[in-house]
Amino acid sequence: MDVLWESPEPLTVRQVSGQLTARDLAHTTVMTVLDRLAKKGFSRRERDGRAWRYRAAESREAYVTELMLNALDQTGDRQAALARFVRSVSGAEARALRRALEALEVRELVEPRPSLDARKPLEEAHEG
Amino acid sequence: MLPAVLILTAVAAGSIPAASALASARWPGRSPAAAILLWQALGLGWGLAAVGALAGLGAGRRHAAVARAALAVAARVVRGAALGPRPSGLLADLRLASVAAGLLLLMLLCWVLVAASAVVLRARRRQRDLLSLLAHGDPKVPGALVVDHPAAAAYCVPGLRSRIVISAGTLELLDQAELAAVLAHERAHLRERHDLVLLPFTALLRAFRWSAVARRAEGAVALLLEMLADDHALRHRPASQLATALMRVGAAGSQVPSGALAADGAGGGEVAVRVARLLRPAPGLSAPAITLVCGAAVLLVAVPVAFLFISF
Repeated sequence: MDVLWESPEPLTVRQVSGQLTARDLAHTTVMTVLDRLAKKGFSRRERDGRAWRYRAAESREAYVTELMLNALDQTGDRQAALARFVRSVSGAEARALRRALEALEVRELVEPRPSLDARKPLEEAHEG
Repeated sequence: MLPAVLILTAVAAGSIPAASALASARWPGRSPAAAILLWQALGLGWGLAAVGALAGLGAGRRHAAVARAALAVAARVVRGAALGPRPSGLLADLRLASVAAGLLLLMLLCWVLVAASAVVLRARRRQRDLLSLLAHGDPKVPGALVVDHPAAAAYCVPGLRSRIVISAGTLELLDQAELAAVLAHERAHLRERHDLVLLPFTALLRAFRWSAVARRAEGAVALLLEMLADDHALRHRPASQLATALMRVGAAGSQVPSGALAADGAGGGEVAVRVARLLRPAPGLSAPAITLVCGAAVLLVAVPVAFLFISF
């Protein structure tokens, strides 16, 4: 897939194999992988004489964006597909957390043993 | 039959204010596992009692179990449709409508569960496909995949072929100890299949989008599952590392552009609640209190089941 993303024009199976010299892959293996990518919609293929030419359906960035929108719960579709470490956070809550972190870091500079009591800003966050 | 219908109606109607009360209660944070059990019993009990009350109201035979009487009515209707005219009259029609409503509710509940599962499985397959193209391993987070993106994200894709995913932004943001705490949290989610616990509640929310109680129930169970995973992580990592990891990822959250839905209040101070709980832990519920909660959970399911399937 990286080969397809880097190429400005559609590639044949032979051209893709040619660029994968670092890994010694059989022609049929490359063909199978390209075929599977096409079936999943990650690449598009078109006839060019007797060979198929493959190109990436979307840019790498588009896929990364899709992945991250899902990861950050920004798609508007509440579903239990993923378990996130932190579920969506409001702007006010994020600001309060930043203040709490700053307070924590100041403490660490002042006291040798921080007590990690971030009570005040946290309660603001809870109410806000 | 009448007392059975009254009790089933009482359970179904009582579940809703009970869910509201449970969503606002503070004790669940002290024993998340017991509270999740109670939520599951409340959901299942409500479903059984609501279906049973509607079916029983229509079935109307004395002393028979509600499920059997309702099935008998359904069988009579099918036979009647095949053989000719059926007994008519307003009362008979109302009874029939009530049995039909009960069956429809049962079908709706089963259907939303299947539909929600299908959506989830499809979304996970897409995630795994995308990850296999885009993500790579990193020695800083053994066993997890890294996606090169500056936003702070950390999540897992549950399932038989599960994945833990950390964004490059999170890798930058957290130190080694905090990353280990995040991984321990996510591994707990995967190991205990918390996604399966949450699924019925998201399914219920899909069926009753307008219902504030369904929304609060889903939010409460999701938060309790996070607390449960936090508690598991604490067995391997100190609380302060998990707490600072939470605060850093949470604080970075709103820096992401395109926050179309970030302000819908789904978070509602969840991170602050979890951090406060980690830094100043309250004692767990006492053994008698846990017994009481488990007893209530058993009753919530046992009572509707008894009236559905046993004749009095």
